[in-house]
Amino acid sequence: MTKPHRKPLWYAAMAHRLSGLALSAFLPLHFLVLGLAIEGEAELDGFLKWTDSPLVKFAEMGLVFLLTVHLLGGLRLLVLENFAWRDSQKTIATFAAGASVLAAFAFLFQVV
Amino acid sequence: MRALRLYLVQRVTAAIMAPLVFLHLGLILYAVQGGLSAGEILSRTQGSFFWAFIYGLFVLCASFHVSIGLTNILQEWTSLKRIAAANIAHTFGMGVMILGFRAVYAVVF
Amino acid sequence: MTTTHKVSIWRGGAEGDYAHYDVPARESQTVLDVVTYVQRHLDPTLTYRFACRVGMCGSCAMTVNGVPRWTCRTHVSKVTGGGELKIGPLANMPVIKDLACDMTEFFEKWQKAQSRFIPTKTRKNPMEPIKPDTPARVAANAGIECINCGVCYAACDTVRWNADYLGPAALNRAWTLANDERDGGWADRLKAVSDHGGCHSCRSHQSCEAHCPNQLNPAASIAGLKRLSTSAYLKGELK
Repeated sequence: MTKPHRKPLWYAAMAHRLSGLALSAFLPLHFLVLGLAIEGEAELDGFLKWTDSPLVKFAEMGLVFLLTVHLLGGLRLLVLENFAWRDSQKTIATFAAGASVLAAFAFLFQVV
Repeated sequence: MRALRLYLVQRVTAAIMAPLVFLHLGLILYAVQGGLSAGEILSRTQGSFFWAFIYGLFVLCASFHVSIGLTNILQEWTSLKRIAAANIAHTFGMGVMILGFRAVYAVVF
Repeated sequence: MTTTHKVSIWRGGAEGDYAHYDVPARESQTVLDVVTYVQRHLDPTLTYRFACRVGMCGSCAMTVNGVPRWTCRTHVSKVTGGGELKIGPLANMPVIKDLACDMTEFFEKWQKAQSRFIPTKTRKNPMEPIKPDTPARVAANAGIECINCGVCYAACDTVRWNADYLGPAALNRAWTLANDERDGGWADRLKAVSDHGGCHSCRSHQSCEAHCPNQLNPAASIAGLKRLSTSAYLKGELK
């Protein structure tokens, strides 16, 4: 059967959910890496050396991106639920947040 | 009103974490300049009550937040019933909390 | 301009397929006109629902080229762009036959949400004056034009994902009643909309808002319920 047609705001909600799901998968790994410091500074450093490779760097940028997306998606939701803004204002704010994420990362890739 | 309480915990932890995430993102951008080293990270965090509190709070909120979020996703996107979804997600959240506190302990003490 | 529309219409129940028809194009032709033409001239066994044909009754909603719409208020030219016209029953409800779906659960959820008016006065009381410009009345007015067509319910992902979810229409109605000073059913309704499947199950995808043919915003109504529910909980009115 036909599924409902998607609108831009639906994609904003889905980006929030999927980024959250990805972050939850990453979180235990992140904690395990930091936990290496229990064994000593050398163990943590050994891992961090590995993260110098470009591929890992790229993946890390992806994680920072996910965190930013999830943060902005969450703020959007908090505003949506708790402030009686006008609809057009919310839509504009959503697009502004999306555009600012893209701009920030375009800038970041040039700097790093 | 369990549904309402879960909703509230989800939103309250989100509201607490929002400024923490900004702080964390800022710190990431600052710390990655010139590459990451264990010495640099540990010199900032070791013995710091401030970072222990900030990241301890972060871990606490994140583990509750991920438990509830994952429960919702599992319930809506898999054939699991609400209770089964909650059991799996809460076990995962508990694991996140333990690993998180262990990590905070590792870099602070 | 094309002289015939290539139309495919869902035939059968849960199991079925799209059947193809050629329907003559007319000036200002609505999707409901097309469906009616098929039944009168091509296949009299086609089942569909309609009544008023002018967007007042809410019975002719169908899925038109993937979008839930009132077929009576949708011009063919607006949705096909000269291409094919694909008409199916509304999503998220069991299909009875062809384009008619079973709305029993949709209406049962209205009852489950306690979304019915509970009077506080009798006809012995004098008529109560209602000021049109109080914030509560303005909020209620924003949502009262719902005619139960089921378009928002069909458009909602959460309805599809969560069998308990009461859905945008029932919750929108709960919100208008919450803002109706003549209503006396708030205590029970508050419990109903704060439980599993109530307003907190809404994921704010805003598909209801995007598709409502009356330009209502159920997502905003549900957000209002979330705020009322939260403040009632903080005041200890909800256990």
